[in-house]
Amino acid sequence: MKILTEHILVPGIETIDVFKQKGGYQAVEKALKKMTPDEVTDEVKKSGIRGRGGAGFPMGMKWSFLAKPEGVPRYLVCNADESEPGTFKDHYLMWKSPHTLIEGMIVSSYALGANTSYIYVRGELMYVIHILEKAIQEAYAKGYLGKNIMGSGYDLDLFVQPGGGAYICGEETALLESLEGKRGNPRNKPPFPAVKGLWQCPTVVNNVETISAVSWIINNGGEEYAKIGIGKSTGTKLISSSGQLNKPGVYEIPMGITVEDFIFADEWCGGMKSGYKLKACVAGGSSVPILPAELLLTTAAGEKRLMTYESLSDGGFATGTMMGSGGFIVMDQTTCIVQNTLTFAKFYHHESCGQCSPCREGTGWMDKVIHRIEHGKGNANDVDLLLDVAKKIEGNTICPLGDAAAWPVAAAIRHFRDEFEWHIQQPEKATQPGAVFMRAGASWSN
Amino acid sequence: MSTTKNNIFQPSTPPLGAGGPQFPADTLDLVHQIIKRYPEGKQKSALLPILHLAQAEWRWVSPEVMDYVASLLNIKPIEVYEVATFYTMFHLEPVGEHVIEYCRTGPCCVMGGVDVYSHIKNKLGINTGETTADGKFTLKQVECLAACGWGPVFAIREKFYMNLTNEKVDEIIEGLSK
Ligand SMILES: Cc1cc2nc3c(=O)[nH]c(=O)nc-3n(C[C@H](O)[C@H](O)[C@H](O)COP(=O)(O)O)c2cc1C
Ligand code: SF4
Ligand code: FES
Repeated sequence: MKILTEHILVPGIETIDVFKQKGGYQAVEKALKKMTPDEVTDEVKKSGIRGRGGAGFPMGMKWSFLAKPEGVPRYLVCNADESEPGTFKDHYLMWKSPHTLIEGMIVSSYALGANTSYIYVRGELMYVIHILEKAIQEAYAKGYLGKNIMGSGYDLDLFVQPGGGAYICGEETALLESLEGKRGNPRNKPPFPAVKGLWQCPTVVNNVETISAVSWIINNGGEEYAKIGIGKSTGTKLISSSGQLNKPGVYEIPMGITVEDFIFADEWCGGMKSGYKLKACVAGGSSVPILPAELLLTTAAGEKRLMTYESLSDGGFATGTMMGSGGFIVMDQTTCIVQNTLTFAKFYHHESCGQCSPCREGTGWMDKVIHRIEHGKGNANDVDLLLDVAKKIEGNTICPLGDAAAWPVAAAIRHFRDEFEWHIQQPEKATQPGAVFMRAGASWSN
Repeated sequence: MSTTKNNIFQPSTPPLGAGGPQFPADTLDLVHQIIKRYPEGKQKSALLPILHLAQAEWRWVSPEVMDYVASLLNIKPIEVYEVATFYTMFHLEPVGEHVIEYCRTGPCCVMGGVDVYSHIKNKLGINTGETTADGKFTLKQVECLAACGWGPVFAIREKFYMNLTNEKVDEIIEGLSK
């Protein structure tokens, strides 16, 4: 079942003519000609779709919080900042099929009563920005954007805004600051963007993938969408997979397939490359807890783990993880967990905006301490020190980046403490080029 | 190639022009179009797009360029400085003709990045943060470029080079050296 990527490999799908031949822009016709904005919102609510940017908040509910004071403009801003390590699905979708997002933007903007909308794309993807801008021009030329769209009386202007290279601008209030031409410092909440967002006006921020799914929901109905998936994990999800897999890449999965199938079935990643064994996985982007192979494939209760929000988080942080942004990073037996955790620690240290001391200082400490462990200079109490720093960041910051920095470190220690300790106790072995700790009897060892 | 820090490239940096920096007419038109994307009085929102245009024009954003951008948007120079220093894409010092920005984050390392990146350094004879003596290449490391499954990866200006191997790196660098 494919909703977003069914036609993504059709030659010319980036042009509006081919896109329309494949059924594109029908949702715009249907919504603007036959439905009221509230009816569109109702279908989105019925679909049960949850935000695909990482937090998984129900889209319909978010839309219903949008304040609608008389005479004040409202905005829809698409979050295409995609910078969470391991995640590259939005990049793929916008690059290959820009009209999928643009169509979703038009229908969603109509539902929210926004007359100006922005797509905020990370600046490094300038070539994708050019692709989107070209597609937007085509949509204007065909009358899907601009004044009085298809005689409906509804006006919409759509613009693409480049970022400047800052992960924190993926956080929605930092994104709005950035779109206002400022540094990307997250705002204190409340007020939430739904009340005071872009230029202090009511604003909805949604991810590329979430917005792109709206067209299918309008064409087929929210109830049809909700039939895909399991329980509160409705619909399909784009998963970005990386690592020594036979076929790393972006896959649109119906929610509910097993993690094992996703990694090993030919339909998806096609298994590990010859010579590589599954050791661990970060299943939802760098911010979510890492899991060792056995807990990844099977929950602590002994059930097969599924690709759903609920199953991935089964067992809480003790034995589970999170769906997050769907960045599925597979690690094999040659991956050193300490080294990998160090790259993440460096990432968060580099990307902290510096507003809150626990995050600014804590991410620096974690980077420094893991750095010395990795380089054979760790102290006996460094592992506990890391846990202590992580705990002091968690929950004590303005935005969730602090948590996102603390969780991966705490989880790596939770499941791979022996690997950290080996670095500290046997530094001469651990610092050999390519040296990786082998746990006695570990399922990933040969 | 011998190594140097970034400081001798003024000669190869595109000139600012007499009387300070000035965008060519067609870029100026674009600037005015961009400002119209935002409501009246919110022209500061055009800052990031215009800084990108400035960097494309002059390769890096010098204090003179930032002052010029401030004047275009009718904002204070400090408002430009604080933004340009926050976002990592803007080069605040002169750089070589081609800035190679390679992704150093975990997934790219798992995809084989560590070996490929040391090959780049050997090939160019420079370390991260340095520029080749002929001013052709600057090497920068960046965080995840949203291309992890196609890693290892680097970007040069607007172009992404993905699924890198040592052989591909040789080809790309030799192609750009001509
Ligand atoms: C540090 C940080 C980075 C984030 N990066 C992104 C991102 O790149 N893309 C994204 O859609 N959401 C990102 N988010 C989540 C957004 O704040 C927001 O929840 C999301 O864009 C809402 O859209 P959705 O409900 O459709 O998921 C990030 C959050 C945090 C705290
Ligand atoms: S948690 Fe970190 S990134 Fe978020 S506002 Fe505080 S310092 Fe900035
Ligand atoms: S980790 Fe290199 S592109 Fe994501």
